[in-house]
Amino acid sequence: MSFLATLGRYSLNSLQEIGRVFIFACTGLRCCFAPPFFLREIIHQLISIGFYCLPIVGVTAIFAGMVLALQTYIGCARWNAESAVAGVVVIGLTRELGPVFAGLMVAGRMSSSIAAEIGSMRVSEQIDALRTLHVDPIRFLVVPRIIAGITMMPFLVLIADIVGIMGGFLVSTTVLNFAIGSYINQTVHSLEMIDVISGLVKASVFGFALTILGCYHGFYSDLGAKGIGNATTGAVVSASILILILNYMLTALFFGI
Amino acid sequence: MIKVDFKNVTKTFEGRIEVLKGICLQLHNGESHIILGQSGCGKSVLMKCLLGIIPITSGDIVVDGISVLDKKQRRQYMRKFSVLFQGGALFDSMTVLENVEFALNQINHDAKTCRSIAEEKLIAVGLDQNIFTRYPAEISGGMQKRAALARALAMAPEVIIFDEPTSGLDPITGGVVCNLLKDTIAGTGITAITITHDLKVAEFLADRVSVLNKGHIEWTGKESEMSRCGNEFVERFFRASKGIINHRK
Repeated sequence: MSFLATLGRYSLNSLQEIGRVFIFACTGLRCCFAPPFFLREIIHQLISIGFYCLPIVGVTAIFAGMVLALQTYIGCARWNAESAVAGVVVIGLTRELGPVFAGLMVAGRMSSSIAAEIGSMRVSEQIDALRTLHVDPIRFLVVPRIIAGITMMPFLVLIADIVGIMGGFLVSTTVLNFAIGSYINQTVHSLEMIDVISGLVKASVFGFALTILGCYHGFYSDLGAKGIGNATTGAVVSASILILILNYMLTALFFGI
Repeated sequence: MIKVDFKNVTKTFEGRIEVLKGICLQLHNGESHIILGQSGCGKSVLMKCLLGIIPITSGDIVVDGISVLDKKQRRQYMRKFSVLFQGGALFDSMTVLENVEFALNQINHDAKTCRSIAEEKLIAVGLDQNIFTRYPAEISGGMQKRAALARALAMAPEVIIFDEPTSGLDPITGGVVCNLLKDTIAGTGITAITITHDLKVAEFLADRVSVLNKGHIEWTGKESEMSRCGNEFVERFFRASKGIINHRK
């Protein structure tokens, strides 16, 4: 009986939490379409996400492209289908690996940072101070981060796609001895516009998810160092899981599976 | 004339933890009122209820005839207050000058006016110009308090709230901040509410004192009458603050 009670309580708490995140996300999204906007904060967040995440996304993408080329070659060689390497690399990266790896890396870097920053602002009463200055904390703290997440993630994913394809190209032409011209030719012929567009749409959705979860965990963090620690962990874990779930749903939506 | 009227205010968290129990208190226009009490007695919750940051469970708080419950007049209600928070609560991402300018921007001043008022307020609280471009993390606690006071005053409030104004400061800096607050109150004639557990601050700043204990007001009166007010808790609090501590009680 106590096991069922615990299970029931856990389920209800989880549902309540999901509901709170949903309401928070709706409020944040609604505020994105109505002034006032804090331009300086928006620019600051655009730089934080778009520029400072570029190195980790780039490094992740290049190695993802390289390893994808290597593994695809090894797999395809079993059926004498080595010529498929370029196509697999470009489609795999633009549709899946680019958006997902970039999403996970930015979630690791930004969701935790957002949660820690907002959580410590809450502890040091800066959020209360905003309210006393007649500033809506959602508009000042959440909206700039959402806008930055939605707009900068596609840019990061585009860079990740290009860098990842270059990584695959490097391994294929130097290690696997593909001819440069034919590899480029196969890459171009395999790529369709929907591959890139689906990846960029995914990126925007991931950008929204990872920023809103960072903000939510920061806003509702417990007080004290442990509270902020829990908030940052919660932000990264929940954002990473949500990115993987959303990735499946968007793939099914785009490619009609 | 009554400026702030607490009408039987209660605040309960999660439906069972009663933090404020029927607070009735009237603060007069231009008065410097001190709310004294032990840690955890509900002082900060009372302040947040007054500011409308935390909704009250029952009762009402009326400031100049405007109720905290009146959502239509919310902005006018909030516009009456400024707060000097315990830790200053300066925004980390802005310089000292930008912190004050940001506050002024919210009341629709143009950029040039904001700059001149911000500089004027910062100089008035005794900060040097070389501090203006520093970030809060780069200056001392005392300077942060001064900058936060400048930000609070820049809003031209009718009621100013000082939350533990000397906490975390050494005695000399605490004394300097207290003098600054006293000069501010005397110079502007605004209603001031100071929340503290420090009797020395109360002695220095108070017109009247209210002693809060476990969520209700034990006593309200002049600070000089505290030691012989006839309330056991208040007299004990007074004696403990003066260093006469009975550890057995």
